[in-house]
Amino acid sequence: MPMDSPAVEVSGLVKRYGRATAVDGLSLVADRGAVTAILGPNGAGKTSTVEICEGFRRADGGTVRVLGLAPSRPELRARVGVMLQAGGVPPATRAGEWLRLVSRFSAHPLDPAALLDRLGLTEHARTPYRRLSGGQQQRLSLAAAVVGRPELVFLDEPTAGLDPQARHACWDVVGELRACGVSVVLTTHHMDEAERLADQVVIIDRGRVVAGGSPATLTGAERQLRFRARPGLDLDELLGALPTGSAAKESPSGHYIIEGQVGPELLATVTAWCAAEGVTADDLSIERRTLEDVFLELTGRELR
Amino acid sequence: MLTGLDFTPAPKAAPLHRMVTAQAGAEVRATLRNGEQLLLTMIIPILLLAGFSAMPLLDLGAGRRVDFLAPGVLALAIMSTAFTGQAIATGFERRYGVLKRLGATPLSRTGLLLAKTLAVIVVEVIQVAVITGVGLALGWRPQGSPLAALVLILLGTAAFSGLGLLMAGTLRAEATLAGANLVYLVLLGCGGVIFPLTVFPAAVEPVLELLPIAALTGGLRAVLTAGAALPVSSVAILAGWAAVSLLLAARTFRWE
Repeated sequence: MPMDSPAVEVSGLVKRYGRATAVDGLSLVADRGAVTAILGPNGAGKTSTVEICEGFRRADGGTVRVLGLAPSRPELRARVGVMLQAGGVPPATRAGEWLRLVSRFSAHPLDPAALLDRLGLTEHARTPYRRLSGGQQQRLSLAAAVVGRPELVFLDEPTAGLDPQARHACWDVVGELRACGVSVVLTTHHMDEAERLADQVVIIDRGRVVAGGSPATLTGAERQLRFRARPGLDLDELLGALPTGSAAKESPSGHYIIEGQVGPELLATVTAWCAAEGVTADDLSIERRTLEDVFLELTGRELR
Repeated sequence: MLTGLDFTPAPKAAPLHRMVTAQAGAEVRATLRNGEQLLLTMIIPILLLAGFSAMPLLDLGAGRRVDFLAPGVLALAIMSTAFTGQAIATGFERRYGVLKRLGATPLSRTGLLLAKTLAVIVVEVIQVAVITGVGLALGWRPQGSPLAALVLILLGTAAFSGLGLLMAGTLRAEATLAGANLVYLVLLGCGGVIFPLTVFPAAVEPVLELLPIAALTGGLRAVLTAGAALPVSSVAILAGWAAVSLLLAARTFRWE
């Protein structure tokens, strides 16, 4: 068994549902021991891609290798942990019973009680699954995904619907998994989550990869000047005063973003222009582009 | 907040027998905890046995009523667990994504089916013990070979499990719920459970005898009431239903 194969290697993946193409020639590589985030708007093909890797769905084209093996290989079941987007637990089963049951499918599981404790579920150990809150159900699913001590974990939107404390608890677990050498592939549409957790980010849209790389590479070295002011300022005049190659936009209304060679000179030009216009610039800051900016540029702002 | 959990990978499936007993234990607990399931598998059969034994509501022909009723109620109990209970539970497991989720654990589909079979057998052992106890208390004196009865019960379990899984694996959970209960009622009425098939018109009787419930009640009655040897026709009918239903279930079962 080749140990140097990536955690996940997807190449030219195609998945169709009837006449709709959910995944359209998608290729990506998730490295071993790294956290890879698959980012995309709803319906981009994230879950289809992950469920093909998990062996739940069949690809209509392309190749997928998980730990160097075809996803349907039975020996992967012990080596791969899975957190579904929702459900998967009998509603009447108590949280602690479910985790103990899943742990007993593995030869060297984590202690279920310690894991419940770690995820703040100890006091709900005897609560039936259907009476857990959405966030508690998510945490139980996360626990069940990792209890067998897998070498690769798929987490499909692990923090959807979690409150801030639970999100941080989940992020901590992902960080610990990575520190212990577990490969993690997660889907999300929270940019901060990807930016914070991921070594590699793959942005997909309409079933294709539109960008990939580390969060730093994706956001680039380019900086922006941002400020708030009354909506509808005429930016053309400002652009004339800025060095060529600069860009200025209002997005959303009342929020202004100036891109270009952001330095003292540009800052002086912008503040002078504001003074001349009789405008007070609030929250003036110089920032790097966020992953969210990159994401929206690549996938568009319109709702789908 | 940070407790010392070592996530370092150590992936290895547990031995098959441990996975199967763990899953079977969970299924038995779920059945015994579920009120509707208990009603179906325990309370209704016992009420039928005790009620119809005590009250001369039915003309059951010669012989004491309990001797006639006990084998029929045993067959009904087998059907309620292997068919109705299993169909409904599995249908909802499919609907709630439990079968899908279990598919991502080291427990294989074969292991899951072994666990389901084991769980059905454990519940049946409890049913047979309780029903036999109530029957004996009511004066039942079973005849014949217990081994022959066991063969019939196992074949009946296979046939009803096949039918239950066929339903659960193809229909929506709600349709399975309604359908499995309807089939239970129809077979309770037409299967010779509490009154003999001779009450039906002569033209219908041979058709009803081909039903799995009629084969099981008829076979158990022949062995336990009349002390006959293992009845070949019952064995053949149950084996036929088992082969066809399990084959169809294996071909058509949708896990999601």
